[in-house]
Amino acid sequence: MTRGLRLFYICFILFLLALPIIVVTGISLNEGRSLRFPPEGLSLRWYGALFQEGDWLQPLRHSLIIALSASLLSVTIALPLALYVWSRGNWLGRALHTLGIAPFMLPPVITALGFLVFWVSVGMYGQMLATIISHAIFLVTLPVVTISLGLRSIDMALVEAARTMGASRGQILRGVILPLIMPYIISGFAFAFVLSLNEYIVAYMVAGFTVETLPIKIFNSLRYGYTPIMGVVAVLFVALAIVVFGLIGRYGDLPRLMGSDRSGER
Amino acid sequence: MSGETVHAAPASSVSEKAVPGWFGLVPAITLAVLFLIPFAIMLSVSVAHRVPGGFFEPGFEWTSYERLLSPFFGRILYTSVAISAGAAAICIALAFPFTIFLAGMRHRVQTLVLVALLAVLSLSEVIIGFSISTLLSRTAGIGNLFAAIGLIDGPRSYTPGLFALMTGLCYLVFPYAVLVLYPPVSRLDPELRDAARMMGAGPLRTFFTVTVPLMRAPVLGASILVFVFTLGAFLLPQVLGRPNHWTLSVHITDQAIFQSNLPFAAAMAIVLLLVALLLVGLTLLLGRESGGRR
Amino acid sequence: MTALSLRGMSKRFGSLAAVDDVSIEIPAGCFVCLLGPSGCGKTTLLRLIAGLEEPSAGSLHAGGREITTLAPNRRDFGMVFQSLALFPHLDVADNIAYPLAIRGHGRRARMERVETLLELVQLPGLGARRIHQLSGGQRQRVAIARGLAIDPKVFLLDEPLSALDANLREHMQVELRQLQQRLGVTTLVVTHDQKEALTMADLVIVMNEGKVQQAGAPMKIYRNPANAFVAGFIGQSNLLPCTLGSDGSVDLAGTRLALDPQDRVKTKPGPAMLSIRPEDLRPDPQGPITARVAFIRDLGESVQIALDFGETRLQAVFAPRERPDVAIGDALRLAPAPGGIVVLAPPEAPAS
Repeated sequence: MTRGLRLFYICFILFLLALPIIVVTGISLNEGRSLRFPPEGLSLRWYGALFQEGDWLQPLRHSLIIALSASLLSVTIALPLALYVWSRGNWLGRALHTLGIAPFMLPPVITALGFLVFWVSVGMYGQMLATIISHAIFLVTLPVVTISLGLRSIDMALVEAARTMGASRGQILRGVILPLIMPYIISGFAFAFVLSLNEYIVAYMVAGFTVETLPIKIFNSLRYGYTPIMGVVAVLFVALAIVVFGLIGRYGDLPRLMGSDRSGER
Repeated sequence: MSGETVHAAPASSVSEKAVPGWFGLVPAITLAVLFLIPFAIMLSVSVAHRVPGGFFEPGFEWTSYERLLSPFFGRILYTSVAISAGAAAICIALAFPFTIFLAGMRHRVQTLVLVALLAVLSLSEVIIGFSISTLLSRTAGIGNLFAAIGLIDGPRSYTPGLFALMTGLCYLVFPYAVLVLYPPVSRLDPELRDAARMMGAGPLRTFFTVTVPLMRAPVLGASILVFVFTLGAFLLPQVLGRPNHWTLSVHITDQAIFQSNLPFAAAMAIVLLLVALLLVGLTLLLGRESGGRR
Repeated sequence: MTALSLRGMSKRFGSLAAVDDVSIEIPAGCFVCLLGPSGCGKTTLLRLIAGLEEPSAGSLHAGGREITTLAPNRRDFGMVFQSLALFPHLDVADNIAYPLAIRGHGRRARMERVETLLELVQLPGLGARRIHQLSGGQRQRVAIARGLAIDPKVFLLDEPLSALDANLREHMQVELRQLQQRLGVTTLVVTHDQKEALTMADLVIVMNEGKVQQAGAPMKIYRNPANAFVAGFIGQSNLLPCTLGSDGSVDLAGTRLALDPQDRVKTKPGPAMLSIRPEDLRPDPQGPITARVAFIRDLGESVQIALDFGETRLQAVFAPRERPDVAIGDALRLAPAPGGIVVLAPPEAPAS
């Protein structure tokens, strides 16, 4: 197949993927309360409304607090985990690696239900802290994967060289290893942040009726009355994801981060 | 576990000394408490006694599992598997050539496409469900477009229905499928394809005699992972499908939240978990076999 | 007869010209080495000939037919890739038989041909092995056998021996050359190893920065380099800035050298570059060049002496019998062997 045809196929699929987003963007620009495409009268009023209407502002605040705390927490768990797995090939290392990968591999409904019964048993059902911790565990896979990738790319000679120059274990960790994997830590954090912001089922099952997040709010609006603000949220989420992943792509090697090693060792 | 911290590690590798042993302890305890214990509780809840109107009280009874043996549940399981398998097959059929073409593009183009895919990947089912239902709706959807260019008589809605549901599921898992296929496909030595070309094979022949045989295990693995992923879709069947398209995951959510029958929801989740674990285990096994051949 | 003829071929990637206006005629049955440092465009040139890249300009003819845009699978060429590109999902016999299967040869004919080829590359009876069970040298031979399976019109090899260790590489160079002579197949090998090129080639094409620097028989290029790059890249050479006088002499930073009639002058009077091989510097009590011994390497088979000559460093090589009796710090007088000097145009200032 010729190069042009291949590019056409890729662009066509990307167009299909963009189609719903284009329509939703159009909807978010409606002047009135109706969800029309093409929009009837162009206006940004619903973008303002998201930040003014109390029943959307509160979920926005919840979502941001949860995403920020949860992604920080998941990096805090993932970093020592990845370091341990990287440095030791024993049974605990292997078990930890599986535990770190598992949350994202299983259907999220199961994990969500697990969290539900757990928080009910502990007596924290319906609290924001429960949502934060649940998200941190659920999304821990992402920083685990990115940080492990970063650790694998470290040339062991660097660590050996630091040792011969008299660096202690802590000094090597702080002075050599952490700076080298910092981009991977940051991208792990960014991945977890974006996905937590978008996450619905875990947040819903753990505290859906008390701590409303934006996805939950959208889902409720799907049932109890559409408004163009839903489109606004969708557009902002897509835009944020593009900015975050775009930045990672701009300052890092995204194909490499996604597992292509053409630019790598071999 | 605690033994790790006391033992002086043998000087087998340098990296071994780079990280203190207690580093493993923190995530181990966190994940054990917050990930494994929930599953243990779920297991115990699945055999607990249901208190109508409340949650449950401890007990041991097979009631919830017995309900699973009904023809009603059998049909749900069949629906779930059929819909997921269908969506996974369509998705892989689209994603495999996409990934191959993508891996052959310039680094910059690859980065741009990956950003787009990751952005779509990060969208939750809620947003996807909302977007697709809007896209296929009567007032804002492509029906308008088709009507405008004269393909159909008047605007019409394509949702809810099987078509809408399949579209939504494919949309949900497509980025995931590409990202799972991307590492093995991009590591495939392009000289292998060049070699086939030099020996007289046309592009199609090269694809079927070189690319497909070499990618058989990764494609099968990706299919299974995508299948498990669609099996977990809980919202699209509600938003885009009709009630007879409701999958196991929808019923789990429904039972847990709206029927307040946690034991039954837990029992269904355990079944789903076993199916998922079985399939993921199979994938890992496939990956090991193909890895061992190198 | 001309097997391949390249006319003004260029390949640009963006603003970079990987291959820049290359024209070469390659006689049938010739063993050609494309030689140059990494990034000089030699692999791109080979891929252009293979049809794996499309040229930005120029044309390619094989056997009197234009094939510039002919698909690679229609060219009936054989190729050995740098990574060898053996199919891991096929065994040795199926790898070698792949081009025959593509052409619809029957199973029996294929297996007979595979046996012949395996014997040719001295791997009889290994047809059922899997690729990962073979050693590096065996894989090499399988790749060569596969490339030759269809009696290709042209046989292309991209750094085929680079993965082998030094001993095996030298052995394979000889073997590949003998194989090619026996079969008489027109062969192009890309290499960055000048010894490899000198060992195997009838025709060496030296490339740098996408351009052909010089093409010719190996010894002709060695004795008579066309420019400073070739003199420095093929073998070792002392390259000294000098001024060429109109009276057939050169001025080497104050030292005047009279040129021998056998010496070659390839530039006009004025600033120039003098090239002399280390083995062409002879100890001579009356020699015009006086240099100070900086280092001596007694290597058994030869003696290498590094000398400081003004600001520059000279290398000289002597047979052990001719070793001058000097120590580090001594002055040594040298004379160029007749015909050992080539006066070249000064290297162009790098375009900036």
